[in-house]
Amino acid sequence: MTSIPIERIRNFAIIAHIDHGKSTLADRLIPSPGALTAREMTSQVLDNMELEKERGITIKAQTVRLLYPAKDGLTYQLNLMDTPGHVDFAYEVSRSLAACEGSLLVVDASQGVEAQTLANVYQAIDANHEIVPVLNKIDLPAAEPERVKQQIEDVIGLDASDAVMISAKTGLNIEGVLEALVTRLPPPKGELNAPLKALLVDSWYDAYLGVVILVRIKDGKLKKGMKIRMMSLGSTHFVDQVGVFSPKMTVVDELLPGEIGYITAAIKTVADCNVGDTITEDRNPAAEALPGFKPSIPVVWCGLYPVDADDFEKLRESLGKLRLNDASFHYEAETSAALGFGYRCGFLGLLHLEIIQERLSREFDLDLIATAPSVVYRIHRNNGDVEELHNPSDMPDPSQIDHMEEPWIKATIMVPDDYLGAVLTLCNDRRGRQMDLTYVGNRAMAVYALPLNEVVFDFYDRLKSVSRGYASFDYVMDRYEESDLVRISILVNGDPVDALSFVAHKSAAEARGRSICMKLKDLIPKQLFKIAIQAAIGGRVIARETIGALSKDVTAKCYGGDISRKRKLLDKQKEGKKRMRQFGKVEIPQSAFLAALKMDN
Amino acid sequence: MTEPLALYIHWPFCLSKCPYCDFNSHVRERIDHARFAAALRTELAFEAARIGPRPLGSIFFGGGTPSLMEPQLVADLIADATRLFAPVADIEITLEANPTSVEIGKLTAFRAAGVNRLSLGVQSLDAAALQSLGRQHDVAEARRALELARAIFPRLSFDLIYARPDQTLSAWRAELTQALALAADHLSLYQLTIEPGTPFEARHRRGEILLPADDLAVRLYEATAEEAAKFGLQRYEISNYAKPGAESRHNLAYWRYADYLGIGAGAHQRLVLDAARFAESRHRAPEPWAALVEQHGHGTAHREKIEPADAAREMLLMGLRLNEGIDAARFAQRTGVPLDDALDQTMLRAAIEEGYLERDATHLRATAQGQIRLDALLGAVVK
Ligand SMILES: Nc1nc2c(ncn2[C@@H]2O[C@H](COP(=O)(O)OP(=O)(O)O)[C@@H](O)[C@H]2O)c(=O)[nH]1
Ligand SMILES: C[S@@+](CC[C@H](N)C(=O)[O-])C[C@H]1O[C@@H](n2cnc3c(N)ncnc32)[C@H](O)[C@@H]1O
Ligand code: SF4
Repeated sequence: MTSIPIERIRNFAIIAHIDHGKSTLADRLIPSPGALTAREMTSQVLDNMELEKERGITIKAQTVRLLYPAKDGLTYQLNLMDTPGHVDFAYEVSRSLAACEGSLLVVDASQGVEAQTLANVYQAIDANHEIVPVLNKIDLPAAEPERVKQQIEDVIGLDASDAVMISAKTGLNIEGVLEALVTRLPPPKGELNAPLKALLVDSWYDAYLGVVILVRIKDGKLKKGMKIRMMSLGSTHFVDQVGVFSPKMTVVDELLPGEIGYITAAIKTVADCNVGDTITEDRNPAAEALPGFKPSIPVVWCGLYPVDADDFEKLRESLGKLRLNDASFHYEAETSAALGFGYRCGFLGLLHLEIIQERLSREFDLDLIATAPSVVYRIHRNNGDVEELHNPSDMPDPSQIDHMEEPWIKATIMVPDDYLGAVLTLCNDRRGRQMDLTYVGNRAMAVYALPLNEVVFDFYDRLKSVSRGYASFDYVMDRYEESDLVRISILVNGDPVDALSFVAHKSAAEARGRSICMKLKDLIPKQLFKIAIQAAIGGRVIARETIGALSKDVTAKCYGGDISRKRKLLDKQKEGKKRMRQFGKVEIPQSAFLAALKMDN
Repeated sequence: MTEPLALYIHWPFCLSKCPYCDFNSHVRERIDHARFAAALRTELAFEAARIGPRPLGSIFFGGGTPSLMEPQLVADLIADATRLFAPVADIEITLEANPTSVEIGKLTAFRAAGVNRLSLGVQSLDAAALQSLGRQHDVAEARRALELARAIFPRLSFDLIYARPDQTLSAWRAELTQALALAADHLSLYQLTIEPGTPFEARHRRGEILLPADDLAVRLYEATAEEAAKFGLQRYEISNYAKPGAESRHNLAYWRYADYLGIGAGAHQRLVLDAARFAESRHRAPEPWAALVEQHGHGTAHREKIEPADAAREMLLMGLRLNEGIDAARFAQRTGVPLDDALDQTMLRAAIEEGYLERDATHLRATAQGQIRLDALLGAVVK
């Protein structure tokens, strides 16, 4: 691949709400001049998919380098940087953006701006990006480019008069996008002769190559055989391979300032590669690291337990495999009296939690119970110690606590006017503080400060239902605030069930306690013995329900014949109990945990 | 001393199929009596040769409708059995009969064949109920059959099905009182069960048949024991009532987990042979069963070795149905597992505390409160 001077490199990301056409546009850009022919493309894509299946690991989306002969007669190197789709990965998104100088803001011309778009746009603005608005789907009869342009100006404050109007689907005006990249985005800056400084953008595990690291070179150059150093960890590695994605992995001699590419260096796990870290040369290190590095910190925790205790080992292995590829997810062994052996797992957010849970069940075929997600509280003890609380059942006795803090988020919600009232009520019920409310046509954008704790309790579901699915929601972590928090324990026949305990704001505690008791009453079938369900704060019972003993359960006719069949029925009943958890003489079905943990008000 | 064996002989044919019934019964336009007679006798002889001489405590002709058998076959089978095994002096020989006129006409002949206990499938003394149960007889025939049977057989039992759709507590008390006045020494009183695969199940699913709610079913059950007691019949098993000494010895063998032999299509047997326990069953379809017997001497289609832990569960689920409960010493001897090893001790204690189980020096038994919840109780206490 011929070397292109830095003035003719353009690094860019695409910002879009889901379904607005980001993938379709990316597909359109890739097979353009210089990259793969359509034929190569298909076989390449197929190869990749087969590989994915074969290795059982999802190969992460990466970057694509393409060469574009522009109208000015020169050839440009365009690097498209893929960004993770969801706010839970806000930090990862910010590092991807930090590797680029500009973004395409793709908006569906028939839909308009959504909340998710906004959060990403603000991040791009924070990253000093030049942003090029692109109105997609203008082939649709419902497209209203003028309205959407206006919206972009009103809501985001971007000049949209030069927005590029395209149809990614039909291929209309893709050229316009490429020209805009060349003429409107600035080239990267960098010093070829300075010590190496490369941004670690992402890393993933490949069964054949080991860990692959995606880098953006800021200064200096990166070559095969070089001994590199991770500046945050101090660890060193020898570079095995240097290359770019075109989109297939293509080995190159070196990566130069402004360029994006990958390296491999016989690294065993992604946990050794912190996103946002600076890679330098061990022999000739940079004086200081690139700004903005943050170790990833889980904000939501929950316990994951195998439904069948025999699956514990499988769970352990599966978590290990996932962690190979996702260093942002944390896990530590934990035991629960109620649920047995499992893991307390930390996630970047709720979606991240759902993704991991989903992968565990789908890819690893694990049947799991997840305890109620809990945010990380800060406990200030009387003696001045400050500690983080990941698991409600570890909360110390209130007499030892001076005060507690809980995390707040800044949430952006966009919703059609008709549902605004219901959405505001929901936010207010969840202790939200309104920070901003603006209208764009018949859509409202509400910005709220909300305790994260209130969001992990089924906020998405409620939001969806009160807005009939029309609201979009996005958030960023904001700060910790002192709060009046209590732990609610759930007792079954007087014994606390650790997996059901949770922390709540004092004002919501009684209602939640009552609601969970009522729910359990509905979910736990009548049994041989009477069951008392209580919710308590400390020693004080705040809610109580009783499930009476079942009055009759007997086979009327049973003589002779097929005793084996009756025994097998009994064995099946026993097998069914594996899906129950025993509390003294009471059995609680898994389904009750699941549903009670997913509680609503 | 070897415990006496119980012998079950299955007649797999009925005049029509009752809509609630899931027994192995078949309706045929014509039955090749000679063929089935020969096959039953062959299979009996085969099994007798296989297991060797043993004392024989009871014979039970069940069905299907064994009163459709030719009395000569009943006589031959009784003669064969008492020759091949060593019958105890007071051997109990029961035949199930349906109270239709055809069958009533044969009662004397069955008595002559050696049957000494008749079990009549009366099911109800209410005309409408008999109809909705799809029975072939009416109330008058049932009463006539009972009167006749009482005169002919030394021991008489009959079956009723209650807790039927729409049945009230007072209606059942009245019907049962009439039944008790007919002076049988034994009654089997079953609450209607919706069996999978029956027409009743389909109708139940569609909401056309509503069973009494649990609370009413409990009161019906309690009333049944009260009424029976007024006539001197005590409940000795969940659904069986007898005057003292008139309990069904054959059925007791099942509940006490004794060895039993099963002859005929779909019959089950359970025997300890050479210190191992085997559960075996015959091919369920009558004609293929007969063909198997003709070829191999027996129609066995399934054979399963019962390990001690499974035997222990089986003996618990049968034995706790009986008021007498389970004799711990006999339990260990029959199953090879000490009674306590078969039970979850925490749940056992809880069940005793709750009054569902009772334990004394020799026996473990379910109380009335325990029996009515026996399925759940077994699920809790059996390991
Ligand atoms: N009519 C029309 N449909 C489009 C256009 N671009 C994308 N789509 C469709 O919109 C849907 C979402 O597109 P996709 O690229 O997967 O969106 P992403 O979620 O942003 O990656 C798909 O069904 C596309 O076929 C377009 O220009 N016109
Ligand atoms: C082997 S069965 C049938 C004997 C004989 N063929 C008859 O119908 O009278 C023995 C008894 O089980 C009872 N039974 C059969 N199906 C039943 C059901 N679904 N629910 C309750 N009892 C049932 C009846 O009382 C029946 O008499
Ligand atoms: S007569 Fe008895 S065995 Fe035959 S179908 Fe009816 S209930 Fe079943």
